[in-house]
Amino acid sequence: MSQLLNSSFTPTTTTLRRTSLTQPTSIRKCTQVQAKIREIFMPALSSTMTEGKIVNWIQSEGDKLSKGQSVVVVESDKADMEVETFYDGYLAAIMVDEGSVAPVGSAIALLAESEDEIPLAVSQAQKQGAGASAETPPPSDAGAVVTAPAPVAAPAAVKTAAGGGTGGTMSTHPASEGGKRVVASPYAKKLAKELNVDLSFVVGTGPLGRIVAKDVEAAVVAAAVGGGEKVSKESGVTGGVELGSVVPFTTMQGAVSKNMVESLGVPTFRVGYTITTDALDALYKKIKSKGVTMTALLAKATALALAKHPVVNSSCRDGKSFTYNSNINIAVAVAIEGGLITPVLQNADKVDIYSLSRKWKELVDKARAKQLQPQEYTTGTFTLSNLGMFGVDRFDAILPPGTGAIMAVGASVPTVVATKDGRIGMKNQMQVNVTADHRVIYGADLAQFLQTLAKIIEDPKDLTF
Amino acid sequence: MQSLTLSSPSPITPRSTSTGGPHSTSLITPTHLRFCGLRREALFNGCKASNSIRFTELKKKRTNKVCLAALNRNGSGKSGSYDYDLVIIGAGVGGHGAALHAVEKGLKTAIIEGDVIGGTCVNRGCVPSKALLAVSGRMRELQNEHHMKSFGLQVAAAAYDRQGVAAHAEGLATKIRNNLTNSMKALGVDILTGFGAVVGPQKVKYGTSGGPETVITAKDIIIATGSVPFVPKGVEVDGKTVITSDHALKLETVPEWIVIVGSGYIGLEFSDVYTALGSEVTFVEALDQLMPGFDPEIGKLAQRVLINPRKIDFHTGVFATKITPAKDGKPVTIELTDAKTKELKDTLEVDAALIATGRAPFTEGIGLESVNVQTQRGFIPVDERMRVIDSKGELVPHLYCIGDANGKMMLAHAASAQGISVVEQVSGKDHVLNHLSIPAACFTHPEISMVGLTEPQAREKAEKEGFEISIAKTSFKANTKALAENEGDGIAKMIYRPDNGEILGVHIFGMHAADLIHEASNAIALGTRIQDIKYAVHAHPTLSEVIDELFKSAKVTSHVPSAAPEPVAV
Repeated sequence: MSQLLNSSFTPTTTTLRRTSLTQPTSIRKCTQVQAKIREIFMPALSSTMTEGKIVNWIQSEGDKLSKGQSVVVVESDKADMEVETFYDGYLAAIMVDEGSVAPVGSAIALLAESEDEIPLAVSQAQKQGAGASAETPPPSDAGAVVTAPAPVAAPAAVKTAAGGGTGGTMSTHPASEGGKRVVASPYAKKLAKELNVDLSFVVGTGPLGRIVAKDVEAAVVAAAVGGGEKVSKESGVTGGVELGSVVPFTTMQGAVSKNMVESLGVPTFRVGYTITTDALDALYKKIKSKGVTMTALLAKATALALAKHPVVNSSCRDGKSFTYNSNINIAVAVAIEGGLITPVLQNADKVDIYSLSRKWKELVDKARAKQLQPQEYTTGTFTLSNLGMFGVDRFDAILPPGTGAIMAVGASVPTVVATKDGRIGMKNQMQVNVTADHRVIYGADLAQFLQTLAKIIEDPKDLTF
Repeated sequence: MQSLTLSSPSPITPRSTSTGGPHSTSLITPTHLRFCGLRREALFNGCKASNSIRFTELKKKRTNKVCLAALNRNGSGKSGSYDYDLVIIGAGVGGHGAALHAVEKGLKTAIIEGDVIGGTCVNRGCVPSKALLAVSGRMRELQNEHHMKSFGLQVAAAAYDRQGVAAHAEGLATKIRNNLTNSMKALGVDILTGFGAVVGPQKVKYGTSGGPETVITAKDIIIATGSVPFVPKGVEVDGKTVITSDHALKLETVPEWIVIVGSGYIGLEFSDVYTALGSEVTFVEALDQLMPGFDPEIGKLAQRVLINPRKIDFHTGVFATKITPAKDGKPVTIELTDAKTKELKDTLEVDAALIATGRAPFTEGIGLESVNVQTQRGFIPVDERMRVIDSKGELVPHLYCIGDANGKMMLAHAASAQGISVVEQVSGKDHVLNHLSIPAACFTHPEISMVGLTEPQAREKAEKEGFEISIAKTSFKANTKALAENEGDGIAKMIYRPDNGEILGVHIFGMHAADLIHEASNAIALGTRIQDIKYAVHAHPTLSEVIDELFKSAKVTSHVPSAAPEPVAV
């Protein structure tokens, strides 16, 4: 071990060693006080270290230590380091055993100055041990937690909510012997440890009821919701919202808010159009089984229309010039828990409809899991917003800054239509409404674009080529 | 890597200047030149028109093999009253290496193979696993968003097609197998098909079971029958859900959760493949820590990089005493028994289990009783010159055993080296192979490689023989090339004698470790001392500077350059 420190492998060791021991890094109350009993702390061996594992105690209880002597080997996230003492004395009590993990700054042992003080230190260690165990799981009063950001509060809440609340649901794995045994996959176990989830209260949905990673994630979310931390979610207002409370924006809400205010600096106007969708509906019915979605069809149609009207796909950023974007990237607004995000279908005019549908599914899954990469939601050149599924027949959208136009799509509804030859018929029609930046896109541009779009949708054979 | 080993064991590669060398006495010069050319062609698969003509010409000649073999390539026809100078039982990498070297030495050589040319390594071992690992390495890279981002790269979600991956492994094995077969055919090694067995001193029979058997005589015989996956008792292998490496390399499924029994090379490499393809892995290891056999410090670091951050957990100090395949909707069940108390400790229920508990020698039914040889745990006892020892402890004349079957060092390239050593001996030059100079590698991402002694082994030896040892270490973090690749994880460690500068062992964990080890293994093989090699120059910036640093950071008290002593045999 000592070679390890001397080698060139750990060039920073000396500095790290110095940071160690009896530094008062934590503001614990009762400690390092009376007489000359000092605490040995878990040192921070690297900037990213939050906890350390005791690999082994080089000295044992009762050993006399002199200043600079190595006491314990600690495993950090980077390497194993020996930790030395700054004071002479006796190693009175080891509070964290070998193989156990302690957070940085917590006491791992007590150092008594003289042999007489060892018993005192031992009793202090016991007292502290008892105090610590009562102290460590912060008694989170689930109901009262309002402003705590979910990820931090969740771990604590999982136990309280699941354990104290409904009595928990046992794992139903056949091998679990009525819940006595927890069957969880390796990653699920790792995740549970990381997120501080008690696996015996997690319902397994994996093969044969085993607990897999997504069950653990679900448990964390469920606990957060169940614990009354709903506050951070602005939509889904059904219940659990504490009326009269002031709730700070989440990061996402902050971003939306900023964008919306910024959009006021852009002179926009709107043009609407009614499009007959019978042919599109028929096509959708036909290829739905191949995994094609309506969103992908609309995005594709829009992209094909944009290809013919590049100006509608342009954007103006500085008010002095504008860019004809080289790619047609259709952003589609999606409501997700806690906000709104616009996953982007890149090159929607070039990608075939089946790939586009697959891509869309992938993006939505990622969006729900909050795993979208920036390039997957920031690179849109034209935005689609569809509220048709709620029965909304028309609405208008705010133009996202940095793009030229956004199209609001309403529901396709059976409509009585008079045709030019004087007959009356029934057709499915939907209304679209485009909001555009009038600095670069003019009325006629939009009108022509919409006409092209209507033509494509009314005769959609080009969508599946 | 393996194909490299295959093409390089014999030093006969393009040696067009060898007209005056000692070999030209036994070989007619033009012939010699010709087979060099052919050999390269066979290895590189580059069939140019002119070459392929020569090739067919050769094939035609092979039909009346006896006179032809005597005429040129395969031996000089001096086998006297024997059919062959050398008969090798088993055409794995060991047998192949020996055959090639034997032809170079002018021996009339035959090789007997009852299964497929190439043996375990090429068909069910190193070669296909390298294909899978090549895929897993790329997957890992593409999936590592953080890594990609630090390069400034943006990559969409990576996905794979299982069948395509499996085809790559299969295709590679086929290609290498053909290269191997062609290289032997081109040299005129007689490939005898059938199951070979010793029937008496200097006598071998071969044939298919139930079919006709042919008995041939040979001046010397090499047994190179290799090994098969070892399956402990209590384990029921069905080839679908409970598998060995033989099945796993076909990659017929990628289970969601797989238990790997054994955390040696094979287990580790498969954990790398499976986790990259999305499986979760549980290791079951009988010893108290993972990766036994590796230098403890390297093992620890490797665990921190290869196990802890991945979707892997493990049980150590337990035996998998009973493994039942999945049946009738029930999962694979594995009973874990405590290695010390022998008490049933736990039962795992998973989608699949891979048995990677090592390999057992394949030595049954090869006629050992006819020469009075008794195997030890299946291994054929040999001395340091690979000469087979019979049950009375005496050497069996003209009988040698190389490779996994003797269990000295179960590595493809070790088998090949042993084969070459035997050929040297039977062609009149004493040769003892220094096994401590044979490197080993594990092709995880990053790779692990080693040569010589581990630190505990070296300490034990030092204590016994009364010398001091020192340790030098360097980190990949300090290497420009490694940092350029964003692969700073890793260390190199050298155990050496400070008094005379002898290298006892080198262990590397880091990017391309398997390729970096050879500088150290060559130094050990040639007896080069640190005080000499430290002045060798390494190109900048390359990973090899990690090793350069290692040599330079060593503190040797003796400044006397070594007199290049003979390598020591062990």
